[in-house]
Amino acid sequence: MSTVAAHDAHHDHKPSFFKRWFFSTNHKDIGILYLFFALISGFIAVALSIFMRMELQEPGIQIFDGLASIIYGFTGEAAIDGGKQMYNVFVTMHAVLMMFLVVIPALFGGFGNYMMPIMIGAPDMAFPRMNNISFWLLPVALILGLIGMFMPGNAGGYGPGQGWTVYPPLSTSAAPGPAMDFVILSLHLSGASSILGSINFITTIFNMRAPGMTMHKMPLFAWSLLVTAFLLLLSLPVLAGAITMLLTDRNFGTAFFAPEYGGDPILFQHLFWFFGHPEVYILILPAFGIVSHVISTFSRKPIFGYLGMAYAMVAIGAVGFIVWAHHMYTTGISLNTQRYFVFATMVIAVPTGIKIFSWIATMWGGSIRFTTPMLWSIGFVFLFTVGGVTGVQLANAGLDRAYHDTYYVVAHFHYVLSLGAVFGIFAGWYYWWPKITGTMYNEIYGKLHFWIMFIGVNVTFFPQHFLGLAGMPRRYIDYPDAYAGWNFVSSIGSYISVAAMVVFAIGAIEALMKKRPASANPWGEGATTLEWQLSSPPPFHQWEELPRVR
Amino acid sequence: MADAHAKKHDYHIIDPSPWPVLSALGALVMALGTIAWMRYAAGSPLPFLGLDLANPWLFFIGLVLVLYCMFGWWADTVKESHQGFHTRVVQLHLRYGMIMFIASEVMFFVAWFWAFFDASLFPGEAVQVTRSEYTGGQWPPAGIEVVDPLHLPLYNTVILLLSGTTVTWAHHALIHNDRKGLIWGLALTVALGILFSAVQVYEYVIAPFEFKNSIYGATFFMATGFHGFHVFVGTIFLIVCLIRAMRGHFTPQKHFGFEAAAWYWHFVDVVWLFLFFCIYVWASWGAPIAHH
Repeated sequence: MSTVAAHDAHHDHKPSFFKRWFFSTNHKDIGILYLFFALISGFIAVALSIFMRMELQEPGIQIFDGLASIIYGFTGEAAIDGGKQMYNVFVTMHAVLMMFLVVIPALFGGFGNYMMPIMIGAPDMAFPRMNNISFWLLPVALILGLIGMFMPGNAGGYGPGQGWTVYPPLSTSAAPGPAMDFVILSLHLSGASSILGSINFITTIFNMRAPGMTMHKMPLFAWSLLVTAFLLLLSLPVLAGAITMLLTDRNFGTAFFAPEYGGDPILFQHLFWFFGHPEVYILILPAFGIVSHVISTFSRKPIFGYLGMAYAMVAIGAVGFIVWAHHMYTTGISLNTQRYFVFATMVIAVPTGIKIFSWIATMWGGSIRFTTPMLWSIGFVFLFTVGGVTGVQLANAGLDRAYHDTYYVVAHFHYVLSLGAVFGIFAGWYYWWPKITGTMYNEIYGKLHFWIMFIGVNVTFFPQHFLGLAGMPRRYIDYPDAYAGWNFVSSIGSYISVAAMVVFAIGAIEALMKKRPASANPWGEGATTLEWQLSSPPPFHQWEELPRVR
Repeated sequence: MADAHAKKHDYHIIDPSPWPVLSALGALVMALGTIAWMRYAAGSPLPFLGLDLANPWLFFIGLVLVLYCMFGWWADTVKESHQGFHTRVVQLHLRYGMIMFIASEVMFFVAWFWAFFDASLFPGEAVQVTRSEYTGGQWPPAGIEVVDPLHLPLYNTVILLLSGTTVTWAHHALIHNDRKGLIWGLALTVALGILFSAVQVYEYVIAPFEFKNSIYGATFFMATGFHGFHVFVGTIFLIVCLIRAMRGHFTPQKHFGFEAAAWYWHFVDVVWLFLFFCIYVWASWGAPIAHH
């Protein structure tokens, strides 16, 4: 097959604007589209959460009755009920957006697309055209989700208020309006996007590594994406099946989740969490990969225990498939089932511990530079550990009797996601900013962003542990006066985080306007992966002559 | 590849393409159309910006757009193959891609089998009072007459297994550069696929239980129905291969399009065997059989 003709895609000139950004087959451009998209949906999702914290700042209903009357036109008493439903809609959409349209697009789609082919010495992804539909299905999913917020949902209310877990019968008989159908189809399309993306990533990683780059020499970020891609590939179709059952139960009269016709609502929870638990590792594993590179770079040491780090991720991914029912301790599953799931869940602490200790051991004795990405990474290790420890509490079926559906759970998963995965995004953002944009960001803005955010999110989420231990349930617009104090603190924390977002935006705009040129490798000898051998930004098509790895 | 090009590797750097973004647009229209159609069928409105969007036709606009994009996209792929862009490593990509696509499809069927076993293995758990009342603690639920597994389902099993042999015949003919054998083998496989679907439709028409308001009907029709849809897709895939075979697209050395269709067909075949032995044979053992 040596007859390949010259064709114009690999000239250095770039396609025209419209072709370049809408018809793209270039992994770096598609990566930038993903990051841009994640930013937009990120700001929407943050805004939703701020409205919730404003509402919860004091007992009673202050904000959402007014919002409901402005947006949906409710009046009088109906505005209270409309506001309650609207609060539930905000809870639901905050979660759906953050997971499917912010964290996965940023870490997996954005940084994964941009960096992984470069890091393994490949000129592009294996399926460049399919790569583009993986991206374009996401704006479609966002549009469907946003339209759903304005559609009739429960009786007399608007939008999907079921929570992101969309349990029946909340999502079936209790939600007759089309809002839920919009969410289902939005999840279907974002799922299809991720499945196609996973096929692309796995094929690229297996087939397109540069000569000499064996699997055991591959950068940890690529390893993390490989495991993530397998989790997506094997778990998302099960979710697709589950939400298809919801769709047919809602619209075509099937009885999968209707007990009066022999169905089983718990079946949905099994199917959902068989996907849902791998999903949380899907969110965090790419962050593991990014943090490994950042810590190694700024400690000027190779990562401690490289193989252990790689296979710890494989272990987390594999065990992640057989722990799902720890989300279901209170559903009436048998004691023996609970015993198994407690044990299996606790096992995950072992590979996770390997990772935490290896990061610390990497820093140990290193010449550490506290640059902005390094601050985010150390913050990640610390806060992810906090979230991990509360995870061990929640893994216990006995303790979970008290913690289930309380703010303790909310605090736990925000420590691993909001302070884990999102800190991983920002670590990658600042680490690779010079490479992607070709400009240097301002360290002062970067560090300010980190410290304000670090304080903000901790003030927001640490008090939620106390609220949960005191028994405050999740997903309610109102609460007894006894919970007022820590709720007030938590809300203040969220406003501090908004200030951090402002600094983040200013820092990015400043860097783009000042255009301080970045060298090929601004981080010095600690940065050893292949992307630092290319110019900043890299050429439109890199590695036209494949690099050789020894 | 040691030419004077800038590119010194065997990977395929693809030109910008309109198909992905247009496909996504088609998916959006189709999704909106699905909801609009479901609302229309239920006789309820789909209010949007003061308009009622409930209608049965928007879905088909989306469908046409999606089908058009699929045709254009795959036509481009075939064209690129003919232009020689599908080097050995690119063919390897396609193999990996197809294997993983089938793996994800397997997991999709896991969900439907899970629903089936959730009901058939546990029809009468003490904690599931309402379900037990419906099923009478047994599977199939009390009052359900089942399809005779050794009647049409066995016939269909034989048809599908036979189609597995004809597609293998076609493959061997292709490897031995026997175009006539290839076309015959493929044509027979397509015919058997269509026969299978026809029998399945007939079975649905005469099925002694309902789709609605019964866990038995839900698990039966959705699991076998999604399998039937995959048979339909696989048949189209084979028809495309048949047309390509008649146009001489395949060579004994390079014919991955055909192999992908054959893999997909075998996957559909294996899923059917599981459906047949689990849903038709095992789960209806000892149940009253409907006679026609």
